Amino acid sequence: MGEDAESSKINHTFLRDYVTEADVISTVEFNQTGDLLATGDKGGRVVIFQRETESKGEAEEAGETGDSGEYNVYSTFQSHEPDFDYLKSLEIEEKINKIRWLPQQNAAHFLLSTNDKTIKLWKVSERDKRPEGYNLKDEEGRLKDISTITSLQVPVLKPTDLMVEVRPRRVFSNGHTYHVNSISVNSDGETYLSADDLRINMWHLGITDRSFNIVDIKPANMEDLTEVITAAEFHPHHCHLFVYSSSKGTLRLCDMRASALCDKHTKLFEEPEDPGNRSFFSEIISSVSDVKFSHSGRYLLTRDYLTAKVWDLNMDKGPVETYQVHEYLRSKLCSLYENDCIFDKFECVWNSSDSVIMTGAYNSFFRMFDRETGRGVTLEAWRESSKPRAVLRTRRVYTGGKRRRGDVGVDSLDFTKKILHMAWHPSENIIAIAATNNLYIFQDRVNPDTQTQ
Amino acid sequence: MINTMECAVDAQSLISISLMKIHNSRTQRGGIKLHKNLLVSYVLRNARQVYIKEKYAEIYRMQQYEEVMTVCNEIQELNPLELDAEDADDEEQARAACCGEEASLCGTACHRDAAQQPAAHGRAESALHGCSPLEDDHKEPEPSYYRSCCMEASPVSHCDQFPANSSAHCNKTTVLDLDTHVVTTVENGYLHQDCCCDALQCGQSAQSPAKKRKVEFGCCISDVEEVSDFTAARKRAKREDCSYSNPDYTDTSNISNLISIFGSGFSGLLSRQADLEQICSKQVLASLGAWTRAIVAF
Repeated sequence: MGEDAESSKINHTFLRDYVTEADVISTVEFNQTGDLLATGDKGGRVVIFQRETESKGEAEEAGETGDSGEYNVYSTFQSHEPDFDYLKSLEIEEKINKIRWLPQQNAAHFLLSTNDKTIKLWKVSERDKRPEGYNLKDEEGRLKDISTITSLQVPVLKPTDLMVEVRPRRVFSNGHTYHVNSISVNSDGETYLSADDLRINMWHLGITDRSFNIVDIKPANMEDLTEVITAAEFHPHHCHLFVYSSSKGTLRLCDMRASALCDKHTKLFEEPEDPGNRSFFSEIISSVSDVKFSHSGRYLLTRDYLTAKVWDLNMDKGPVETYQVHEYLRSKLCSLYENDCIFDKFECVWNSSDSVIMTGAYNSFFRMFDRETGRGVTLEAWRESSKPRAVLRTRRVYTGGKRRRGDVGVDSLDFTKKILHMAWHPSENIIAIAATNNLYIFQDRVNPDTQTQ
Repeated sequence: MINTMECAVDAQSLISISLMKIHNSRTQRGGIKLHKNLLVSYVLRNARQVYIKEKYAEIYRMQQYEEVMTVCNEIQELNPLELDAEDADDEEQARAACCGEEASLCGTACHRDAAQQPAAHGRAESALHGCSPLEDDHKEPEPSYYRSCCMEASPVSHCDQFPANSSAHCNKTTVLDLDTHVVTTVENGYLHQDCCCDALQCGQSAQSPAKKRKVEFGCCISDVEEVSDFTAARKRAKREDCSYSNPDYTDTSNISNLISIFGSGFSGLLSRQADLEQICSKQVLASLGAWTRAIVAF
């Protein structure tokens, strides 16, 4: 399944080209501390990785030979199964669309996972002790013969091998007619939102048979439909604010204190279209595929097909920064439309200090942009070109001018290798990149903590 | 890998590709994806707008030419030496008849023709000498249209080769729009709904068409069904389950069937840019496929 590039010793070359559809990773998410990393795949499975807890100080002294900081498989479970809607004769895919961790409140960890229709709350707990010394049962659990019991003993907890238990605690079903694309946990720790193409619902984590509909953009006549909701997220600090993006490239900030139904936005973020760039595919490439609040809560990061944009919540006239991810594809839109690549939904992420943004591209490339300098760098998540613990070298797509060695031509790009899903550690410079069925975890050894930069 | 050969950014091919995507989405696992189909419908709308504009431009050009050819034919029938004066009158009447009834489509054309009337006499005269009215050097508005029409035929008998009426294969297509129950008959590039019958009679004096011309000019595209038929005629082999094997317009493909089920589409899809489209907007709206119908059904 997912594998950690830094600990893989097995030669998987012969399996390289054979990818089961079910193994394709569809979402990646760190928890709030960064110790746990969850991935969901198209087969409905969730794999949780845990970071090794060796002392980091040792690793820094020892250079690159330290073992700490690696992520190993912690638990695997089947989250969703293929389902069937008998009323509409529709198959419901088991693909995990999103995973979101809840803030940790006790020893157990909780996460929400969703497919197209149903959201589930899972409890991940460890058991490293077991009670021993029962009076009525023996070691194997068989009932003892009462006549053999001569004395009473108090069962004691004895350490045992670590066992990770994952149990479903809540199932939030029948809340959505259309396909769920986002879930977001509120900063109040009690509620979360789920968004589908036309509606956004707010749930209480403890209540599964009711949800509040807070946004509904379904028109009275479906033929008047002009846009759909593509992503939604709660503000990281203000529990009454959330944002949702649309297929038209607009963002809407909504305040739940204003009214029960937030169809009317508090702020509309929109960039006027450049008439010079108008083409058959203008609507497709302006559709926002992901939206993320910055950690500070002041900025929004959005991704459309060719660009990534940073918006200031205080300014709705347009983005404050625009980054070209792969502008060289603009002339290829027709071919990309034919092979459906133009519909790919790329995610985007902030680093912990909101100084760097990252998003994916094709050919196993992903891009990072430094907001201060505006410079972007292209990196590759591909086993062949990077050994474990080797430094990633930057890549370049050749678009004219002087061609350097290692440049890749636009026509040589492999559009089946797309980096759609990724995550950035909440406090350190560790990134998790999902490349089809592989998970790559990269760490910045030079500047492991953002604060030291 | 992307095919290094750029795909044809052609309105017709985009329309057929988009329809295929909508068609395929019905059988995809997980149900119809609303977002993707909405985006595909936007591409369809854009391609259709471009296609309609191109078609109207063609029709306009063709009609401009046909009017002149009508005049040419009429002059030829009459004895040129005796009926000069009457010719001019007849030409005027014929032109007025054409113009008046096609005003909705060819308003500007009529104005131009009116301006040409003083020159008509001269033109008729020059037409006497071998029926090449468009190749003289009189000043006409937009002569490039006429010349382009002329150039493509052999100089000898081009009068015959540019028909106003195509007889055998596709002179008439009747389409019933299931949503508005409007019957549209398309003949010889005239939109039957907007033009009176008399206009057709003006143009029906020519003889049978060259098939090649008919393919390009014979039918006015007023309906998506015909759009897809044209697409069928031009693009082949990529589609596995559509029978795009021959350019017979009466042969409906799977895509045409799909469109005929759809009703009227997004109200936002209607273009308001071109005057021509505005005039025929009612018909355009009536004949637009309902791209959302597939989505609404689910």
